[in-house]
Formats: sequence, C-alpha cells, structure tokens
Amino acid sequence: MITAIPASVDDTLALLTRGHYVADRSLATALFLALKLKRPLFLEGEAGVGKTEIAKVLSATLGRKLLRLQCYEGLDASSAVYEWNYARQMMEIRLAEASGAQDRDSLTADLFSERFLVKRPLLQALEPDLAGPPVLLIDELDRTDEPFEAYLLEILSDYQVSIPEFGTVHAPEPPIVILTSNRTREIHDALKRRCFYHWVDYPSAVREREILSVKAPQADARLAAQVVGFVQTLRGLDLYKAPGVAETLDWAQALVELNQLELEPSVINDTLGTLLKYQDDIARIQGSEAARILTQVKTELAATTAR
Amino acid sequence: MTDDVPAGRLTLNLMHFARALRAAGLPVGPGKVLQAVEAVEAVGLSNRTDFYWALHAIFVNRHDQSELFDQAFHVFWRNPDILKKMMSLMLPKVRTEASPDRPEMAQRLAEALHGSGAEKEEPEKTEIELDASFTVSAAERLQDKDFEKMTGEEMTQAKRLLTRLALPLAEVTTRRYRADPMGPRVDPRATLRRMLRNGGDLSDLARKRRRTRPPPLVVLCDISGSMTRYSRMLLHFMHAVTNDRDRVHSFVFGTRLTNITRHLRHKDVDVALDAVSAAVADWSGGTRIGTALHAFNRTWARRVLGQGAVVLLITDGLDRDAGEGLAAEAERLHKSCRRLVWLNPLLRWEGFAPKSSGIRALLPHVDDFLAAHSLNSLADLAGVLSADGPRRSPGLRRWLKEAAG
Repeated sequence: MITAIPASVDDTLALLTRGHYVADRSLATALFLALKLKRPLFLEGEAGVGKTEIAKVLSATLGRKLLRLQCYEGLDASSAVYEWNYARQMMEIRLAEASGAQDRDSLTADLFSERFLVKRPLLQALEPDLAGPPVLLIDELDRTDEPFEAYLLEILSDYQVSIPEFGTVHAPEPPIVILTSNRTREIHDALKRRCFYHWVDYPSAVREREILSVKAPQADARLAAQVVGFVQTLRGLDLYKAPGVAETLDWAQALVELNQLELEPSVINDTLGTLLKYQDDIARIQGSEAARILTQVKTELAATTAR
Repeated sequence: MTDDVPAGRLTLNLMHFARALRAAGLPVGPGKVLQAVEAVEAVGLSNRTDFYWALHAIFVNRHDQSELFDQAFHVFWRNPDILKKMMSLMLPKVRTEASPDRPEMAQRLAEALHGSGAEKEEPEKTEIELDASFTVSAAERLQDKDFEKMTGEEMTQAKRLLTRLALPLAEVTTRRYRADPMGPRVDPRATLRRMLRNGGDLSDLARKRRRTRPPPLVVLCDISGSMTRYSRMLLHFMHAVTNDRDRVHSFVFGTRLTNITRHLRHKDVDVALDAVSAAVADWSGGTRIGTALHAFNRTWARRVLGQGAVVLLITDGLDRDAGEGLAAEAERLHKSCRRLVWLNPLLRWEGFAPKSSGIRALLPHVDDFLAAHSLNSLADLAGVLSADGPRRSPGLRRWLKEAAG
C-alpha cells in the first residue's frame, strides 16, 4: 500500500492518528511542512516524548522503507555510509592473478564496482525505491561528534554522497529525513539551519490521556486518569529526570498487569521504578510525598467529575 | 599621491601606526606596512573615508579586530590636517577618552601608542577576612561591573599562558582512526590500495590506531563578593581556554547561574569581557553555591557533560547558605562528569584550613583541590590536568583529614 504525502496539516494529523500516534497540531504542522518542502525535520526534546516513534509511524503509514541510523560518538563514514568488502576484493585480486590475463586498470575498476560496495543506511537512503523515497531516521544525533555533523551537512543539503573510488551517488528523490536529539549537546547551527526544527514537549494532561487510551486501551479509565494526573504532577516537581510519555505507558501497563483498577500509595511505591530512573528522585517521591500527590490528584479528579 | 605631501613622512607615519596596532595586539607585520603604503598611494589622500577603508583592508583580517582598528585610527590620525598636509611628524597626543563608551580598549591602545611599559602587577598580599559579610541586598547588586583596566603586560602574560595551556587535559581515546605505521590495527582499505599500486602483491600491511582528543571542559566560576579580586583574572583565563580549543563551556555564578560560553567565544578579550559583564547581573553579590550547582545540574548538566567532560569549579567555598544542599548537588555533579577539579584562590594562603561549612560540604566530592590565585597556579593546573593518573588526586586525602579533624 503506497500512500501519498499528506496535502494539509489536517491530513498529516489524520495520518499520524492512523498510525496510533497522538500528535498536537504544532508537531503536525512542522511535519507537514517538512514533507511538503522536502526538508529534514529536526526533533529535539527530552527522552521518551515520542521523537523516534514519529519516523516509525511515518514509514508504516506511508508504506516506505525505514532506514535507521543510531548515532554514537565516533560514528564514521564506514559504519554510516559505505564500506568496501575488503575480503572479497582480496579474493578477486588473487583470482585475477590465477587466471593471469588481467591488466591493472580494468582490475582496479572492477574492484571498486558496486559488487564490492557494502551499503550503510545513509547510502541506502539515497537509492531509488519503488515505494517512494524511504524514511531516514538519524537517531540521537547529539551523541555523534562534530566531524560527523559536518559530513551530514553535505548529505542533507544536496542528497548526494561522493565515494572517491566509485563516483558520486545522487538521490533521484530526497528521502524523508527525521533527525532526533536529546540535547546532551547543542547541535551546530549550520546543521539546524538546513532543517525544520520542532521541540517535542511533554504532552498536556488531555493529550496524555488520549495517548493512554490509544496505546494502553486495557487500562481502566479511572486508573488512566489518575496515572496521568500523577505523572503530570511529577513533571512539575524539581526532579532530576522527569518521566516521559514512554514511562507513563510503561507504568500504566505495569499497573494493568498488577490488576489495579485505581492507584494506591503502596502500589505506587512498589512500581515507582518504572516511572523514575534516578535513586535520588525515587527517594524523594516514595512514601509520604507519593501519598500526598495521590490525594491531591484524586481530589482534583473528583472535583472535575462532580462539575 | 598628491604632490605637496612628502611621501617619506607618510610612510613613517604609517609605520608608526602599524607599530601602534601591533602593540595593541593586532597581528601586523612589516609586510603590511609596505602594502599599506601602496594602498594609500592607490586610493590617494583626498578622501578621509577612502583612506580609512584602505588601511582597514590591509590591517584588519578578522571582524573582531575592526573595533580596535577603528579606535586606533581615530586616535592616531586625529589631526584633521594630517591628510591634507602630513606636515607634522609628531605622534598625536593620546587622550584616553578617545571613545567614551569603550574606555578599556582605549586604555590598551593608549599604552601601545605611548609605548610605556605597563606597571607590574604586585601580587596581592592582603589576607581575606573569613568573616566577610555575606549580605545580599534584597535587590541584587545589578550593577554593570567595570573590569579594572587591562594592561599590556597582562595581555602578554595572558597570551603566554594561552600557549602554555595548549594541552591541559589528558587525552581520551575516540573511536576514530588515523593512519599510523606502528598502529595496532590493520587498515584494510589502505592495504588494498597499496596492493593495487604494487600490481596485486601484498607487500606489507597498512596500519592504523585510534585517535585521541581532549575531553570537553566545563568551567564554573564564582563571581561573588569574596571572589571579586580574582574573577577578572579568571575570566581572562576562561577566555583564553575557550579560544584555545573547541568544546569549552563556561558558567559564572553568584546568587544565580549564567552561561557565558557564547560571549567568551569572541576573539578579542575586551569585547568578550564586555559582553560578559553586560550579561551577568549578580557581580560581587553573595554566593549560593548549592543553588547554582542545582541550577547547573538541572538545566545544563545533561547538555554539556554528555561526552565525558572535565569540570573546573572555581570558588572559594564561602557559601552564604552555609553549605546547605551543597553536598547533594556536588555529589550529583561529581557523578556525572569525568573529573571534578576544584580551584580555590584561598589555597595560596598559608594556614588555610578547610573549616567553613561550604568547603567541608564540597571537599568529599571533588577529585582535585588546587590553588588558583596567580598566573603561575593556573599554569600549574595544566600539568595536573594533563597527568594521566588516577581520577582522584592523592593529595586530596590530607584536605579531607583536615576538614574532618
């Protein structure tokens, strides 16, 4: 199934909804513009707010291939773009020698042909695809170092890669590029300039409840409301690492597995590890603080239902 | 060239002008003077603006030198007749208020034009009173702090320091490779190319080894009242380090934390420090080390400590909040960086005892405890940081014992 690029912001929202992704309008707008104007989309935000998910949903709903490049420090061209298959090349040389009749130039030309080229995600993304240009996800770009960023500049502005022995590979149609960053380092302005930028924020309470109902439908409505209220309150506190949407979903799923119909202080204490990942934070919330927040959340919920 | 101007005079004046610029810190060599003479001959002397831009094109090769050039030009070629007649060979008398809004730079220029040796900085001998009053006025002292004028002597010293700061950090292995005939790994790509050059014979293997690079550096500098005497010098130090390498982040704190990284990136130290003084609101107020570290841990730690940074914490440890909440924040900071080095200007002072609550809260969580009160101690820092030893320095034990005892 091949789907065309959405024609409006509403279409984009609908597309994301089809892929079970609850997005707010600002994100849909940024995404729509990126697709329409064929620019990379640069998504920055805290861990676990659903940045990577967008690329997956896009590839699934548009029926495109997903190419994922997970970044790490020291990522270089040989693991991101291409590599020659040296072992096979060596064999080729030996075979050529054995058969005897080979002049050097044609051997060289043959050695560096596509047969021996091992393609990595960035090069694959530039290749024509019957289903349409693939979705290229460059994940956690902030983990790489500056040299790789500089290298990306060339690819993202011209959608071409030059391989010295082989020539320049140029994409007939630019791929859909999604870059994500957790901001463990500021990305260079030159790279940001070539992209559309969107800061993916924590969702509002209403939207987070929507997300829960889509992603964890087996959770009881009352439980879901309490979970969201509790997490939203936690985000307002001065924690070292506030829980993301992924943590909310994990927690809701854990509570469902424990057959909870609503939150209780003892259960919160036992399952806090799915929500908070720093001992300092857990120590702060555990016990009386958790009970206090829970009471507050329940009172608020009661007030809204009574109205 | 107009006929009534003796060319020799002009050349001489241009030479003096170039000298003045060089003394003020612009990279002007003798070749530039010749070029300047040619340029002035080419544009003629009928128009002051042309004359200005001709010299600008020659002597300025970076945007941030423009400002200094501009001032020098207006001070030096002040005499309005100079372009008509070029009669006086007298160097212009320098008035330091050449540019009322930028006195610091004019000071540097004035010294350069006078050619006077700067007065030597006497090392401070006064002891710091430990009972300094830690009052922060309700409204912070939001003053636009004026740095003491910088002397040419200091400039050269700062530059000397800069060259000595070339490699102050023990290098960290990265995942990238560079060619190295004695390297531990075989480089198949280079080997194959070598084989092709030899017509398919495998003569010897090309090798490679991992590159190393210095880790990022994060400087947290205290600018409270008790540190006033040092903060200017330390800002120069931070400016030098920032312009010497990439991946340096600088913060200053008194009662609040300010990121001054971008301001310090300006190559000209005066412009950079001006920008800093405009950006920072709490000069010479009180200190809240705990609050500042908390703000850092919350807002910045993940963004600047991501690649195994070394942290320099510059403070005297005299905390207005008596070390409240400091230990926990220091511990968090310590656990999220490669190495935490504490520079304390009080350490130069014989008989220093780590007794104040702030100091005792910080000490258990640092890897190194060093003095930072003179250019020399900052230069020594380079040696300590580039040493490839254990993370915690052995000398720290003594301080911990003293603090406990």
